[in-house]
This record gives sequence, C-alpha cells and structure tokens, in this order.
Amino acid sequence: MTTIEVNGLRKRFGPSVALDGMTFVVQPGRVTGFVGPNGAGKSTTLRMILGLDRPDAGTATIDGRRYADLPCPMRHAGALLDPHALHPARSGRNHLRWLARSQDLPDSRVDEVLNRSGLAAAGRRAAGGYSLGMRQRLGVAAALLGDPPVLLLDEPFNGLDPAGIVWMRDLLRGLAEDGRSVLVSSHLMSELQDMAGHVVVVGHGRVIADAGVNELIGAYSSLEAAYLDLTAGVGGIR
Amino acid sequence: MIMRAEWLKFRTVRSWVLGSAAAALIVVALGCLAATGVTMSCMAGTQEVDCPAPPTDSSGRSVADQFTFVHQALTGNGSITAEVGALDGTITYPPPNHDEIVRGVVPWAKAGLMVKDGTKPGADYAAVMVTGSHGVRMQSGFTHDKAAASDGSWLRLSREGNRITGYVSPDGTAWQKIETVRLDGLPSTVQIGLFVTSPSGLTVEENPQGGHAVSARWTQATAEFSQVSPAGGWSESLVGYSDHRTTWEQTHPPGHTEAGGVFTVAGAGDIGLETEGGLAVERVLTGLFAALLALIVVGVLCGTAEFRHSTIRTTLTAMPRPVRVSAAKAAVVGAVSLVVGLIAVGLTLPVATRLLRANAVVILDVSGPTMLRIALGTALLMALAGVFAYGVGALLRRAVPAVLTVAALLVAPPILAVTSVLPPEVGAWLLRVTPAAAFAIQQSVGAYPQFSRPQTVADGYFPLPPWAGLAVLALWALAAVATATWRLRRSPA
Repeated sequence: MTTIEVNGLRKRFGPSVALDGMTFVVQPGRVTGFVGPNGAGKSTTLRMILGLDRPDAGTATIDGRRYADLPCPMRHAGALLDPHALHPARSGRNHLRWLARSQDLPDSRVDEVLNRSGLAAAGRRAAGGYSLGMRQRLGVAAALLGDPPVLLLDEPFNGLDPAGIVWMRDLLRGLAEDGRSVLVSSHLMSELQDMAGHVVVVGHGRVIADAGVNELIGAYSSLEAAYLDLTAGVGGIR
Repeated sequence: MIMRAEWLKFRTVRSWVLGSAAAALIVVALGCLAATGVTMSCMAGTQEVDCPAPPTDSSGRSVADQFTFVHQALTGNGSITAEVGALDGTITYPPPNHDEIVRGVVPWAKAGLMVKDGTKPGADYAAVMVTGSHGVRMQSGFTHDKAAASDGSWLRLSREGNRITGYVSPDGTAWQKIETVRLDGLPSTVQIGLFVTSPSGLTVEENPQGGHAVSARWTQATAEFSQVSPAGGWSESLVGYSDHRTTWEQTHPPGHTEAGGVFTVAGAGDIGLETEGGLAVERVLTGLFAALLALIVVGVLCGTAEFRHSTIRTTLTAMPRPVRVSAAKAAVVGAVSLVVGLIAVGLTLPVATRLLRANAVVILDVSGPTMLRIALGTALLMALAGVFAYGVGALLRRAVPAVLTVAALLVAPPILAVTSVLPPEVGAWLLRVTPAAAFAIQQSVGAYPQFSRPQTVADGYFPLPPWAGLAVLALWALAAVATATWRLRRSPA
C-alpha cells in the first residue's frame, strides 16, 4: 500500500508565489481528485512529486522516498502530464518501447498496455497523426507501463470522446479498486463526483479543503457547488 | 538501461536514421564522382604519357629523390671526408623580368656527402651538406633536418653500424659533430659518396584578392669537391632523373668531371617529400564537408527534439538522471556518427583510389600508419562532429540557430581559409582555435620547414599537428555537452 505524501511544499517563481505550504496525503484504494482554479499550483505540485521541479522548501515523497531516488521510478509511480509530449515521427508503440527499455521492462509489457488503452492498431502509426484522445490514451498506457502502485494524471479527460470518457472513468476506478493510489487533477467536477472518493481543493498554492466526496456532497449538494463555494474569491494567477 | 532507451529513441525516428545513412552515402558518392572526373597526363617531349608514380621511401611515402651521385661501395664501418667549395649554378628566367638565364643558387640547393642504401630513388639515406643559403645541414629520412651549429666547408660522414654521424669543420682538422642518426635495417654494404641537387626556383606571387600563385623554374647547381677521402674507385649515378631531357637539360646535363683530384658535380632535383607529382590521398574524401552538414542536422535535432516536443519531461520522469541521460544521448549520436564515418571512409578510400588509378591518376603514397590515421581520424572527426552538434543543439534548444552555429564553427573556417577569403594569418588562427582544427587529421603531408614551396593555410597546410587538431574538436564537443548538461540540470524544460 503506497501513499503520496506532500509536505509543506513552497516555491516562488520570481515575485509570484506558486506554492505556499502545500500539504496533503493521497491514500491508496481510491481516486483522489486534485482540483483548484488555473494557477492554483496543481501542475507545479505534480511536477515536484515527479522531481521535475525543485521546491524551495518541503518534501514530496512516494512511499517515503523521493521520486528521483527510486530505481526504475515508473514501476513505482506512473504519470500523465502532457499528452502532446511525443515525437511526431516516432510511433506510439516505439514511444512506449523506449520507456520500457528505460525501466528494464520487456516489449510484451508494451503490447499489454497498448491493448488495455485501445491503441493496439494505432500504436504502429507515427504519433504526429494522433488525435488528442489517442494521445491521452497513449499517455495512460505510458503511466500504466510499469504497473505502478501510484498514478498521477493531469486532466486525463481532455479531448476524450464520450466512449473514451467512460473508458477512462472505468479504468481509473478499477485501478483504485486494485489498491492503487490514484491522483487525478481535473476541472470536470461531475466526472470526479462519479468517480473520486476524495478531493483535495487547492488555491493560492495551498490546500483549502481535503475531504471525502460524500461529505462535500452532503454539505453542498454537489461537488461542483462545493468547489465553487470553497474557491470563491480565490483568484488563480496573482 | 538509459543507453538502450536512448538508442531506441534514435533508431525509431526515421529521418535521423536516413540522415545518418545519407551522410555516409554523400562521402562515397562525391568521392567516386570526383574520382571518375579526374584525369592526369604528362608530357615526355611532345608525347603525352601516363604520369610516372613518384618513388616511395622505406615507410611507403611518395618522395622526391633526384640528385647526381658520385659514389663507391662501403662495406662495414667507414667514413667519407671532402672539402665542398664553389657552390654555383644556374637559374633560368628568374624575376623580376623573367627574360634571362642567370648564375646563382637557390636557397635549398644542396651539395655534400651521402650514405645511401643503394642508388634506387627512395632508398634510405643520411647526408651532410652545404646549402644555397641555409648553411650546413644534416638531413635524413626525407623530412628530418638539422642545422649545424657552426659553418665550414669541410664535411665528414661516418658510418658505425646503423649509426651515421655528420661533422663539419672550417679547416679539416677541428671537427664539430652535427648529429648522429640511426638508419635501421641498413645493410652492411652501402653506397657512399658526393651528391649535388637543386630544387626549382620558386616565386610566390601574392594575389590581392587572397591566396598566391607559385611559379617554378628549372635550376641547376654545381659544386667542387676536393681532398676527397677515400680516394679512387668512384662511379656516377643519376639518381631519379627521367630519361627525357629538355633542350635546356641537354645543354646542361647532370653529371661530374674529375681533374687533378677535384670533382665538379652538377645536379638538379630535390630530396624530400613529394607533393606535386600526384593527388593527395585525402582529396578523395572531399565529400566530408557535405556529409558533415547532414550529420550536423541529425546531431542538432537529437539535441533539440526533446525540447521542441516537450518530451524532455517524460524522459526525466523515466530517467531522473540528467547527467547520465545527456551522456547517453551524446554517446548514441557519437557512436552512430562513428559507424557512419567508418563505413564512408572504408568504402570511399579503396573504391575512389581504384577509380583514380584506373584513370591513370597518380595518388601520392603515404605510410601505413598515416593511411590508418587519415581513415580512422576522419571517422573520429565525424563522430566528434555529431557529438558537438548534439551538444550545441541541446544547449541552444533550437534547431536553426544550433545548425548555423555548428556549421559556422566547424565547416566554414576551412572553406574560408583554404579559398583565401580570409587573410592567411586569420585563417591559420581560425584553424587553431575553432573545431575546424580537426581537419588537420586528414593531412597526409605535413609542413616541413626545409621545403621550398609555400606551406600556408591557403596551400592546404593546417597549423596544428593532426591529433592536436582533432583534440581541439574533442574539447569543443566536451564543452558543448557539459554546458548543455549543466543547463538541463538547472532548468529541465
């Protein structure tokens, strides 16, 4: 059972404060929604969990270890950050193959995740021709490659068609039911309401609310209402 | 794992693979194309004939070896002594007006004593000599040259096993040693004697638009040898002279006369490396410049692609070791470029030289180690160019500025310097400090101070020794990759 622990992250970019003591824990066995206005610090937090940005203060750990210290890190945590981050001339399958090489995983694992993402046919085409939905599927396939106990997904529903949204919802729910820690940043409150067991609401670089979805619905009637009320007056970019 | 991932990344982008293959193909195609277009012929009188191949020395290099030799056999140890006087000669039509034949000697006219392994051109030798205006010298091996510390007209050359020692004296009694050289593999019987030769008189005309024109004219030198010891038993060999004589040479034939113990010897020619009588072997690799452009584009794109397509974050998420990732990328680009270079050189050198020889083109021979240095060095140059391009690409993170930067630093300087667009000093300076210094690795004939011909950058002589030049490129490549890695650590995207 692996948790993500974010503890007192602080980060300044010049005069603007991006993170101001961001603290929360993502528990296994449920989908945790990560919500907040644009510029609230969600993406920066995700990048710091993955060791791509250095915090001025605080720590972010997976199972008690810094991401960068993990050997074969994609076997510990899978991430979907930017679905457009693909070389246009390289096929989706070859994109996964180099990732598999870097984690010492066999090519058979690549074909497994391609099938699971519904890209078995498209995987051999150059990624430059992929729709946003296909890119999201490929990004999820990459995140699942190392069969990690932790998943971090930034706006996974963007660009998916209705069938894709249903697929994604079922996939994430199934992953959480397997006992994984699943952190999903999204602006789609209705999706999260159906799927997430817990939400972390952030604004101004810190946590505003960290509560179960059912508690919030009980207090505010819907997750969307809860979000709008909690983040009222919280501008994004300052 | 990082290496395997980066190698897979490289080979799964088709344009990079094709670009690398194109680089190899360009070298082969341009080399062979140029080879089929070259012809060479020489005149023997009014007759057009295939040019004769120049002789080669014991290491396999093409050499000039033409002189008049009055000699006798020496078995075992021994020495020869003579007084060399009255070095005189003829220069045909010198400047300023080029309208008369004058008395005089050119600076590198040579008259002196020689030990030689027979009378075949190219055979090993050591000689001590007086020169037109460079004082007393001891020379051997066609490129080795040492000036005597003091002057004098008495010369002595002694053999002791493989060791040949040259001496000079002002009076024939007080002898000053110049140096001892070793001639490995010298048989017990050698030829020892008097020699005279005189290279062409040269005028170098500076072109105001850059570069210079060299004109050469026939000269002859004569010298009188007296007090020659040992005495008696001399025979004459005209080493390296062609059978054909111009009318001028018919009236001034090489040879010697003896009267009252004084030998008057006349000769024309030179003893040194041959640079004019054929094509330098590295010329078949002219496609290198165009091929480098292809390799530079591939290398730069390997450095910039991850930033352009934002995959660098994916890469660092999979492999959170920026230093190792950067090193692995450089290694992949370097290895691919090295293989490209080895294939390109391995095909071009044998095929193009064969095509040239089929066209009766003389290719100047080089020694085995020199050939190996040119072949391996060119492949290494391509490998380092790939790494350098990768480093600049990864540092600048934008393809067009990176390609222009690398091309300006690596490809432009030799073209500008050799085509005399730049003043020679600027060209030489550029070829010392820019990555283009590496092209020195291809130079088959290096510069030697005792050569009569100009040896500037515009004549194709690089200012740095071959491996030092390649090291300059290696340093640039290392610096570019190190700086790019530092930038990657500081700001990954």
